[in-house]
Amino acid sequence: MVARTVLHDADITRALRRIAHEVLESRRGEGRLVFLGIPTRGATLADRIQRIVDEIEPGVSSAGSLDITLYRDDLAKTPTRTPAPTRIPAEGVDDAIVVLVDDVLYSGRTIRAALDALVDHGRPRVVRLAVLVDRGHRELPIRADFVGKNLPSATSERVSVRLVEVDGADEVTIEP
Amino acid sequence: MRHLLSTRDLDRETAIRILDVAEDMAQTADREVRKLPPLRGKTVVNLFFEDSTRTRLSFESAAKRLSADVITFSAKGSSVSKGESLKDTAQTLAAMGADAIVVRHHDSGAAHQLAHAGWIDAAIINAGDGTHEHPTQALLDAYTIRARRFGAGARGRDLAGMRVAIVGDILHSRVARSNVWLLTTLGAEVHLVAPRTLLPHGVEHWGATVHEHLDDALAAAPDAVMMLRIQSERMRDAYFPSAREYARVWGLTAERLALLGPDTMVMHPGPMNRGLEISSAAADSERSTVLAQVTNGVSIRMAVLYLLVAGSSGTAEPTGVEG
Repeated sequence: MVARTVLHDADITRALRRIAHEVLESRRGEGRLVFLGIPTRGATLADRIQRIVDEIEPGVSSAGSLDITLYRDDLAKTPTRTPAPTRIPAEGVDDAIVVLVDDVLYSGRTIRAALDALVDHGRPRVVRLAVLVDRGHRELPIRADFVGKNLPSATSERVSVRLVEVDGADEVTIEP
Repeated sequence: MRHLLSTRDLDRETAIRILDVAEDMAQTADREVRKLPPLRGKTVVNLFFEDSTRTRLSFESAAKRLSADVITFSAKGSSVSKGESLKDTAQTLAAMGADAIVVRHHDSGAAHQLAHAGWIDAAIINAGDGTHEHPTQALLDAYTIRARRFGAGARGRDLAGMRVAIVGDILHSRVARSNVWLLTTLGAEVHLVAPRTLLPHGVEHWGATVHEHLDDALAAAPDAVMMLRIQSERMRDAYFPSAREYARVWGLTAERLALLGPDTMVMHPGPMNRGLEISSAAADSERSTVLAQVTNGVSIRMAVLYLLVAGSSGTAEPTGVEG
């Protein structure tokens, strides 16, 4: 069986645009937005969403990345991973509306680690979660506030997000 | 990578990986919370058979920033014969459940023996063995050179085309040995400068250019000049006529400092003998990386501890579905 494309490039652009609008709406006209993407692809998505937000409402947002490698709960059970860089915008996260951004929401363990990593950088006013794809199968009490596409899947299936900046093309595929 | 015993067996890729992880570790220094969790519940033992305040504090601080429990075992002055003593100590530490042992020993090869004798199943990190190796010092020196030269763009790079002069007591220096292997692996060109009496036998096979006068090495326009400490505790014979003579011919004096190129850095592993191998003018100048080396030492040791202790054994990078 071959991979089936569930989101094409135009779908991804539309989904990110919608997320950007929803984030701005939930901001209710106040508060500094900080989009923190989880490397690798979450960081790319955070940059893209922030650019859209900045077009609609200039100067209220910034973007960065938050690596979670050192906060994973399976560190001792897997071979050592090399961390990716964390970039926190110069204004910091204190009192900001932080929107964590990831490509796929699955078990929720990555986001658990991201929340731990985040508090070591300061105390945001609120923390939200935006994901391009929610494929279900949560193992922790975590949900997303902004979802590009809900994608019911079997645990045996493999969901892959590819982005131009990293992979040369924009698409989301699912394969058995 | 299971142990860190020597820089001789580090390949280019592994060396760059350690330097890159150290960049990430360095980032945590300017955060609100400076602690990271990856070694929570792990025990790191500092086993020091020889005095070394700096290296011990650096390792201790690195392990604590990674949330490890740290036990310091100062075994200096033990009268038990060496092989047995090391074995007994290792077995004691094994019984205490040590995950990593940072060992400093006056005998060359002690770390290697600890790693391979089958006494203990912990990661062994060589923090200096006799006149043999001091791999984390070489790694922090390479990191310092790379960071000074490339700044924010340092990640992923080696030291290709850079010229490093190492000056002083090459004969007794484990720092020099570790640096020669590592810097060469990273593509740098190494120049060694020492009085003939302080050059080890067979130095011509090290792959470095050897000079007997500091001025000859400085004429080659090095990117970094690394001054080694004259280790008076190892100077049992007359290696050079007098301290004054040494300072005049092999010391980095204020006059020589003025001849260095605009971007040349001055390095020293510390502690410095001011006025002997290095003048105060050089030690306190803008070019000096002495304090940066101390700071970078903690980042490098965090990287090494993380890479050796955090994961399950095996070096492959895992792939697969993320959460």
